[in-house]
Amino acid sequence: MEVSLQDKDRIFTNLYGFQPWTLDAAKKRGCWDNTKKLLATGQDEIIEIIKASGLRGRGGAGFPTGMKWSFMPKAPTPERPNFLVINADESEPGSCKDREIIRHDPHRLIEGALIAGFAMRARAAYIYIRGEFIYEAKVLQAAVEEAYAAGLVGKNACKSGYDFDVFVHRGAGAYICGEETAMIESLEGKKGQPRLKPPFPAGAGLYGCPTTVNNVESIAVTPTILRRGADWFKSFGREGNAGTKLFQISGHVNTPCTVEESMSIPFKELIEKHAGGIRGGWDNLLAVIPGGSSVPLVPAAQIMDAPMDFDGLKALGSGLGTAAVIVMDKSTDIVRAISRLSYFYKHESCGQCTPCREGTGWMWRVMERLREGKADVSEIDTLFEVTKQVEGHTICALGDAAAWPIQGLIRHFRPEMERRIAEANGGQMLEAAE
Amino acid sequence: MADAVQIPDEAEVRARWGSFAFTPAVMEKAQTIIARYPAGRQASAVMGLLDLAQRQVGEETNTQGWLPVPVIEYVAAQLDMPYMRVYEVATFYTMYNMAPVGKFHVQVCGTTPCMLRGSDDVLAACKSKGLVKGGTTADGLFTLNEVECLGACANAPMVQINDDNFEDLTFDSTVALLDALAAGKPVKIGPQIDRQTSCPEGGATSLKEMATANHDYRGEWK
Repeated sequence: MEVSLQDKDRIFTNLYGFQPWTLDAAKKRGCWDNTKKLLATGQDEIIEIIKASGLRGRGGAGFPTGMKWSFMPKAPTPERPNFLVINADESEPGSCKDREIIRHDPHRLIEGALIAGFAMRARAAYIYIRGEFIYEAKVLQAAVEEAYAAGLVGKNACKSGYDFDVFVHRGAGAYICGEETAMIESLEGKKGQPRLKPPFPAGAGLYGCPTTVNNVESIAVTPTILRRGADWFKSFGREGNAGTKLFQISGHVNTPCTVEESMSIPFKELIEKHAGGIRGGWDNLLAVIPGGSSVPLVPAAQIMDAPMDFDGLKALGSGLGTAAVIVMDKSTDIVRAISRLSYFYKHESCGQCTPCREGTGWMWRVMERLREGKADVSEIDTLFEVTKQVEGHTICALGDAAAWPIQGLIRHFRPEMERRIAEANGGQMLEAAE
Repeated sequence: MADAVQIPDEAEVRARWGSFAFTPAVMEKAQTIIARYPAGRQASAVMGLLDLAQRQVGEETNTQGWLPVPVIEYVAAQLDMPYMRVYEVATFYTMYNMAPVGKFHVQVCGTTPCMLRGSDDVLAACKSKGLVKGGTTADGLFTLNEVECLGACANAPMVQINDDNFEDLTFDSTVALLDALAAGKPVKIGPQIDRQTSCPEGGATSLKEMATANHDYRGEWK
C-alpha cells in the first residue's frame, strides 16, 4: 500500500505554530477563502459531501460525521433552535492534537464551525475547551473576536445571509465533560454528569434543543474537504477509514511529536518517519496503546505492521480512538503503566453510577497490589470478572474505558502478572484458591 | 472525593471574605461571559464566574486564589442560582481550589504518558526543593499537586505552573525552573529543550517550508 502523505495534502499546515495564528496569516494559508461560496453549496449538499468524504468522527468513537449532522431537525424554530457544540475538552491521556489546532490554526476550526453549523441549521456553536488549556482558550477567544470583527461570523456571516454565533466556553478540569451529554450538562452550568440516552442530543440536547456534539478535528477538516472535494479526502486511507489524521506519538520513541499523516499508515512507518524510531531499537518495543488510554494495549509483534485506522486496530482487539499512540519499550513496568490509568479513571469517575464509582477504585486498588505481586493468582480472574461487570453497566463509556486497559493487560501480559505474584511469594507458584 | 481538601474554618473565612464583590473590571468580564448564553440561561456562566472569582481572590492574596464559601455565595447571587448548585460545581471540577494555595501552583502531570517519560523525576525534583504533594511550602511560595493528563503528551513530562505549561522536563530542568521562579527570575514557557512546540526534536519531518515562511500550499493542489 502506497501511503506517503505530501505536504500539499496536509490540512493543518501551521500545526507546529512556526507562523502566526492570526486571521491575516491564516487567510494567506487558505482559511476563509470565499467561504460564502462554500455556504452557497447548500445545507443538504454540504452534508452529502461530508458523508461522501467518508469522514468519521475524530474524537474517538469514529461515527460518520455527515450522518450525525443529518439527524438534526431540518426546520428548527426560533424558540427551539439547533445548536452545534464543539468538543475541545481534550483530556484523554495521550491526546494532544486539538490543542495544536486551537493554538496554532484556530481559524480552521472557526470556519469549520460556521460551515458545520450552517449545514445542520444551528444558530450558534459553543466551543467547550478544557479549563487547563488557558493559553489555548485565550488564542481561541481572540481568533473568534477577529472573525466577528471581519464579519466572518455573527450576523450575516461571510455575507451569506445566515446569522451564526460562535462562543467559547471554558471547562474547569473534568475528563468526563468530554462525554457529549456530560458536556451539555456542564454547559448548562451543572456538574458534568452524563445523561441517560435516549433522548439523544440531536433530539434534546443543550437547553433541551437539538444539539450535535463534534470533535475539534472533525469540524476543522470540513472547510478543506469542501474546497478539495469528497474524493480527495477519500483518496487517503483504506475503505471505510478515509482521510488524513493527526497522530500524537508519546512515550518511548526517540522524538515524540504530533503529526498529520494519511489514515491507515502502518505503525512502523509512522514511527520511523516521524518519531525517530523506538528508543533502543525495534527489538526493544514492548507494547503500544494505539488510541489513547481508553483502548486496550497491543503487544509489539501484533502492532508492527498494523494499519493505523479504525478497522485495522479494531481487528487487533484495540481501537484508533483519538490516534494518541502511547509507545512502551521493554523498560516499562507494564502493570504500573496500566495501574496508573486505573488511578486516572478512579479520579475522573463522576460518581453517578455505582459500578463505575465503586468499581474504578476497587480495580485500581487490586491493580496496585498486582503491581507488587501482593495478590493471589486467582485475583487476576476476579479482577477480569469485575471489569466485565463494570463494562456496559454504566450510563456512559467511562466504565468501559476503565475496564478495557485492564482487560488488555490481562489478555496479553498475564504471565508477567503471575511472575510477580510468584516472585513476591518467594518464587513459589501458589495454587488458585478454591 | 476522599482526597478532597479540608475547607478552612468558617467563622474566620466569613470575617475575611464576607464582603467579597467583583471589582468593576472583573464585573465587566463577568457580564461578557453571561452575554454568551441565551436569556434565562445565565447559570451557564457559573464556571466562568467561579474562575473570575478565584482569580480575584488570588489577586487580593498574592496567590493563585481559592473559593471561600462567601465568595461562592456571591457568585450564586450574581447568577440567581441556589448556593448549593454553585457549591456542587465548585467541588466537582478540579481547577477550583477549595483551600488556599501558594503563589505558584505547581501541577505535575503524573498520568501514564508523562510517567513513561519521567514524571517521577519531575516529582522528585519538586520534593528536592521542599515541595510536598497536596501542601504549600512554609514561605507560601509553592503548592504542589499531582494532576491527571493535561493534554501535552507529545511534550511529556510536563508541569503546569499557574497559567503556563513547562514541557519536556528533566530532574535538572525542573529544579532550575523552580529556582528561577523562587528568585523571581524570568522563565521560558513551553518546551525546556531546543524544540518548537510538538514538532519532533531536531526538526520537522513534514511541512518544512513552514519553519521559515507562511507557505501557501494551495498552488500545489491538483
